[in-house]
Amino acid sequence: MSDNNSVAFVRTETLPQLPPPASQAGAVKWARENLFSSIPSGILTLVSLYVIYLLVAFVGPWIANGVWNTDSLAECREVLDGTTGACFSVISERWNQLLFGFSYPVEHYWRPGLAFILLFIAAAPVMFFDLPRKLLIFTGLYPFIAFWLIWGGTIFTPLFALAGIMVGYLVYSRYVKDSFAMGFFGGVIAAFIAWYIGGFIVGAIAPEEPFLEAVQSRNMGGFMLNMILGVTCVSLSVPLGIVLALGRQSDMPIIKWICVCFIEFIRGVPLITLLFVANVVLAYFLPPGTTFDLILRVIIMITMFSSAYIAEVIRGGLAALPKGQYEAADSLGLDYAQAMRLIILPQALKISIPGIVNIAVGLFKDTTLVSVISMFDVVGMIRGPILSSTDWNGVYWELFMAASVLFFVVCYGISQYSQWLERRLATDHR
Amino acid sequence: MTSVTDPPQGSFRLSMLLNDTRYRSYTFQFIALVLLIAFMAYLGVNLVRNLAAAGLNISFSFLSDPAGYDINQRPIEYDSQSSHLRAAMVGILNTLIVAFLACVTATIFGVIAGVLRLSSNWVVRKLMSVYVEIFRNIPVLIWIIIIFSIMTVAMPAPRAFRGDNATSSMLFDSFAFTNRGVYAPAPVIDGAMGWIVIAVFIASIVGIFAYRRFATKKLYDTGQLLPTLWPSVAMFFVPTILVYFILGRPITLDYPSLQGFNFQGGLHLRGSLIALWFALAIYTGAFIAENVRAGIQAISKGQTEAAASLGLRPGRIMNLVVLPQALRVIIPPLISQYLNITKNSSLAIAVGYMDVTSTLGGITLNQTGRAIEAILLLMLFYLTISLLISGIMNVYNNSVKLKER
Repeated sequence: MSDNNSVAFVRTETLPQLPPPASQAGAVKWARENLFSSIPSGILTLVSLYVIYLLVAFVGPWIANGVWNTDSLAECREVLDGTTGACFSVISERWNQLLFGFSYPVEHYWRPGLAFILLFIAAAPVMFFDLPRKLLIFTGLYPFIAFWLIWGGTIFTPLFALAGIMVGYLVYSRYVKDSFAMGFFGGVIAAFIAWYIGGFIVGAIAPEEPFLEAVQSRNMGGFMLNMILGVTCVSLSVPLGIVLALGRQSDMPIIKWICVCFIEFIRGVPLITLLFVANVVLAYFLPPGTTFDLILRVIIMITMFSSAYIAEVIRGGLAALPKGQYEAADSLGLDYAQAMRLIILPQALKISIPGIVNIAVGLFKDTTLVSVISMFDVVGMIRGPILSSTDWNGVYWELFMAASVLFFVVCYGISQYSQWLERRLATDHR
Repeated sequence: MTSVTDPPQGSFRLSMLLNDTRYRSYTFQFIALVLLIAFMAYLGVNLVRNLAAAGLNISFSFLSDPAGYDINQRPIEYDSQSSHLRAAMVGILNTLIVAFLACVTATIFGVIAGVLRLSSNWVVRKLMSVYVEIFRNIPVLIWIIIIFSIMTVAMPAPRAFRGDNATSSMLFDSFAFTNRGVYAPAPVIDGAMGWIVIAVFIASIVGIFAYRRFATKKLYDTGQLLPTLWPSVAMFFVPTILVYFILGRPITLDYPSLQGFNFQGGLHLRGSLIALWFALAIYTGAFIAENVRAGIQAISKGQTEAAASLGLRPGRIMNLVVLPQALRVIIPPLISQYLNITKNSSLAIAVGYMDVTSTLGGITLNQTGRAIEAILLLMLFYLTISLLISGIMNVYNNSVKLKER
């Protein structure tokens, strides 16, 4: 044993670094830590992998064998010849109907299409603060442009509507220096007067053959209808929700109780009953002989519905502000309107953005409920004209998948944006 | 404070109504009240004129008229000669049934998915995020219709179960999934003896809770730790089973069986009920999963570490430290999800489930033409449920509120 000790061994050069053992590196380590860290975890992994396998084995061939260009279900079944496969041709054939409904004039499809593209330009400066602020002018003009594009008719209607708002704003900016209330109410009254006069002028000078052919509201349908309802109602209900939330926080008991009753009533009933009201009851409460669009009635009801929810979210934001902010505003000598506009609301709205976006997504999904009162939105189109047509009677899954994908893309996109915005607005240093 | 900043001016001028903070709020409230009353009066006048023009009046007497339509799911006695009020009651019960079932199922789905989303297992975590994102971002109405289509289109007809070479068979010989709904065994309670068994079962559950409370009290008073798991299990099973056999099996199961063209006997769950139940459960379950995850994540890591440094075992850390704090965050949104389920159950009308919206707001409304009265009653029902649930929530919130100062 001791014979070998005669020669001393001293290593003079550094050993090259060995790679870590196979169990401690790369995929194996990752799998051990993330998939098989314990026996229950391993079982869970295997079970989930099996579930995924089942889903893929069930849905995979169905999608892969899908037929995209036939004219009817019978033809599609012939092409498939007994193998598993989807008849996606119903989507390619009825795509326009899914998007625009079945009675929007085909040669005018570019109009809602253009309005949809412009929506992104209009929404961009609101969503991304780095963009030049001058783009907000376009955002302000967008409602009128979109209305004119989708409904068509004489351009003077949206022009005079815009003019009325401008008159209102001028009056507001003239009197707001004296008192906010004077400016506000003066502006509203001036706008109404301008609209009233404008109504006569439009009636007098409207051309017989407008540049864009007028499309009736009842011809709106498909996913376009969902988008119209969703975008309009969300943008209308945010200001209304702010007013309701401020009213609910107010010191004036009568105003407070009006707001509380409104909010609690709306939040207590399902949207469907409000749509029933829009459909059958609202007419009883209007002057005899007035008829106005079902779409407009539905917009009013959905706006009321979502404004109550948004008001609660904003109330949460207002309540979350420390009391010092209110006191600081008071000690600067700001009056109520100034304090709210300059100090309280910017912070409270920032806190409530995720909640507002949640409500907006929920509202957009709830626009499918209008199919229950026989409006032909995307769900109404599928259940009504498409499924009952002789060509496509019996195609369920492909159509519902198309509708689901449309909604998923929009809603998931919005919720991802909201998460990005939350990180962006996080001014606390954590 | 001896100085008075704004000494009263003695004389009252009209402009003070707008400019003096002491009077301004009264002015505004007065204006608001006048506007509100004017608006209401305007609506009321229009209503009276419209009703007069149509020769109608507001009256609830239609509720006692015979309904004249059938309801396929009847929790209480009902036939087409019963009154509209009775039909509405059946609808209310059907709403409560589906809402209750969906609440329980959604809670189970949501808690499982929410906990698994925090799992250290990558596949499970991703699978659960996919579940949550897919179900949250697609309207519940589409889910209801999809599941309804599965129940009515993809399931075999009852005749597929017939004959020697039947293409479908019953699950465990007791469940039949057909396109007319699911047939399941129904418990049949045989007279007073059967009710005694049920009473014993309920009593033993009460007993379990009493024993657990006693064990906790003993632990706090004397420090002596009594076993709870095995006594609980024993109390759950033993008395009920003993009584069941002593009394000669008074509760039996009525199995569905194929007779003629359809299944007879057993419990018949219609496709519309199942569609509504499961669609609401998986859809709301995704939201509950997010609430559960947020609640658990809201508990700071220091709490877990502090408990661990006190020497508590992981199970006890969860039970004694994390869960009591997380529940305070989870339960309020959970209850508002229950509220959403109840309100969303009104979508029953899309698949023909006879809930209160379909009976009172659907067929009764169309048959009698009493739109205002029917919708008013419908709203009143939902409003009552909502206020009741949010009242319970307020009581709960106050009872778990952190008592800081």
